[in-house]
Amino acid sequence: MSGQSAASLRKRPAAPPPVKRIFSWGRYPKITHHFVHKPAWNDQVPEILKAAASGSLLPYGLGRSYGDSCLNAGRELIDCCRLDRILGFDEATGMLRCESGVSISDIIDTFLPKGWFPSVTPGTRFVTVGGAIANDVHGKNHHCAGTFGAHVRQIGLHRSNDGLVVCNSEDNSQMFRATIGGLGLTGVIAWADIQLKRVAGPWMDAELIPFQSLSAFFDLTRESNDRFEYTVAWLDSFAGKNARGIFFRGNHAADKGKEFHSRRGPKLPFALPAWMLNRYSVKAFNTAYYRLHAARRGVAVVPYDSFFYPLDSIRQWNLLYGQLGFLQYQCVIPENNIEAVEELLECIAQSGMGSCLGVLKQFGAAPPAGMLSFPRPGLTIALDFAMRGERTLQLMQSLDEIVRQSGGALYPAKDARMSPTLFEASFPRWQSFVPYIDAKMSSSFWRRVTGAP
Amino acid sequence: MTLTADLTPTISAASAAAATKTKRIIILGATSGIALAVQRQLSLQGHELLLVARSPERLATLQADLLTRGAQQVFTYSADLASIHQHASIFDFARRTFPDFDTVLLAYGSMHDQKESEASVDTLLEELHVNFVSATAILTLFAADFERRGTGCLAAITSVAGDRGRRSNYVYGSAKGALALFLQGLRSRLHPAGVRVITIKPGPVQTPMTDHLPNAARFADPEQVARDIVRALERRSPDVLYTPKVWRYIMTAVQQIPESVFKRLSF
Repeated sequence: MSGQSAASLRKRPAAPPPVKRIFSWGRYPKITHHFVHKPAWNDQVPEILKAAASGSLLPYGLGRSYGDSCLNAGRELIDCCRLDRILGFDEATGMLRCESGVSISDIIDTFLPKGWFPSVTPGTRFVTVGGAIANDVHGKNHHCAGTFGAHVRQIGLHRSNDGLVVCNSEDNSQMFRATIGGLGLTGVIAWADIQLKRVAGPWMDAELIPFQSLSAFFDLTRESNDRFEYTVAWLDSFAGKNARGIFFRGNHAADKGKEFHSRRGPKLPFALPAWMLNRYSVKAFNTAYYRLHAARRGVAVVPYDSFFYPLDSIRQWNLLYGQLGFLQYQCVIPENNIEAVEELLECIAQSGMGSCLGVLKQFGAAPPAGMLSFPRPGLTIALDFAMRGERTLQLMQSLDEIVRQSGGALYPAKDARMSPTLFEASFPRWQSFVPYIDAKMSSSFWRRVTGAP
Repeated sequence: MTLTADLTPTISAASAAAATKTKRIIILGATSGIALAVQRQLSLQGHELLLVARSPERLATLQADLLTRGAQQVFTYSADLASIHQHASIFDFARRTFPDFDTVLLAYGSMHDQKESEASVDTLLEELHVNFVSATAILTLFAADFERRGTGCLAAITSVAGDRGRRSNYVYGSAKGALALFLQGLRSRLHPAGVRVITIKPGPVQTPMTDHLPNAARFADPEQVARDIVRALERRSPDVLYTPKVWRYIMTAVQQIPESVFKRLSF
């Protein structure tokens, strides 16, 4: 009868044309896929897994990973966005069960009116629950809440050999820890139980504080981490080691008097020409951003969306970086290694390839939720670089060296080019993850950093 | 939950729920791509739904989802709408569940590859049966009930493909076109009774039914189509809804092309 039947999944031409329209958020690398499955129901997933060749599949969500960890060049993706149902919610405890394609945005729209909010949210609301688990994403509250994975209680996982495997910290606990931060390689998440947290309303008590050195940033962090649930800093990446920036801190506001309307921002319709982002325009942007926010220093009650998701207000902002796309560099430098951080910032400033978006955040001491979780105690720095070919890649290689020597790590969800050596240094125990990979799964990232076939 | 009232304005649709009266709506083919999006929006408005589709597991999934999203009540009935002998039990269940249902939306359909229907009469007949014959059968049952009660709204999803027979898609198109003609007559019959009949003609929409077609990525967003449908269900007009709206103009133009030219076009 209707087209969503299992039979329709077989309705694919013998030799489908390569799929060119799937990108990661950085729009680099530009690769094609052999086929994209779009199951509308969880009961269709086992059939897809069964029919696939070994190492041919990767689950895909909203494509907000920046590099190639959500891509599977020349092979197949399982687009999970249609698996977007809420399967249950306990109004007393805030425990949510939902399918993997449900987005953080959807969770907020559905549950904030009832007084619940995600325990951890990344800097964009347009990620799926499956993606948030697979990358064990973190947010501005890492210092007190840990990662997204720390609030996942249970996962139902489609495995090509074992059918639906239910795992949590007691049953199949190793599979559970492998799936959190497992880059989608352990199987397709059918559903997950996620703990939401109580909030009074959509408003945030937020404070903006300009700072003019790294030690000032550390002082602010130290002083804020006990009193503020959320802390993060924007960094002027042209300032070198005399880092200047804006420190943001905030808490959910108890005040819920004012009426709240969610806004839908403008959308960048096409990729801007690459020359528009050059060292002068970006430098001018950074100065303007700093001055504008420094002038607004102080305390304010702001809506949650502008506090958590300032970039979401321009849809498809990634097109700002032009046809060639961009790379994000996010590393973590272990604590007390202020010299390495200074060296990193100096190196970027000297290259003249600074970025509009520089983010600094101190991670907390929470133990990692997953085997391949990225966050660990230390300072994390995230920077965008427009892709300008070899010189961009060379700059990143020199940053790699600083990160490696400091004993730091690079974030797979942001990466499109780290070397196998640096991956090994970042995740020294990655070999113990390998047994949990589903035989049908692979990704461009995984093949690149591990040499897997 | 006292917080709910304070924060209701966060979702504009939730505040709209207070304004619109709760309706009892029956969806035939509840697991079809467009129906899924329509049901989400109807749930946000707090309506009561009865979902009919084949798979009990999928219906259970939808029931949980739509209840969490705000539907007042969600009932499900598992049946194959393509088999006409099941229609009486579907109709009975509907009347027992919602004795005074307000709206019926027929949302199921089938789109085989046209080439299969050319090669196999069985496939051709199945396509006509699902999209036209079975649809008229179930609509007739509900139409009689609406007519007797002198109220209600009967809506069915056809297609812009039914506006002109095309080389690449005329089997599906003729079934949907015939359904549109049937609805036209039904509308005229039910008009004196005060019953509304809506012919919904979507352009190509990104749903599982169309994933295999070329350029599927450029098709309309089901949410946009669902918004148009939900709005049409609420209002007194139009009788024929083209969605997205641009298809009204496109099809008007396509219908002007003389047959002598049209027969040479390969699309």
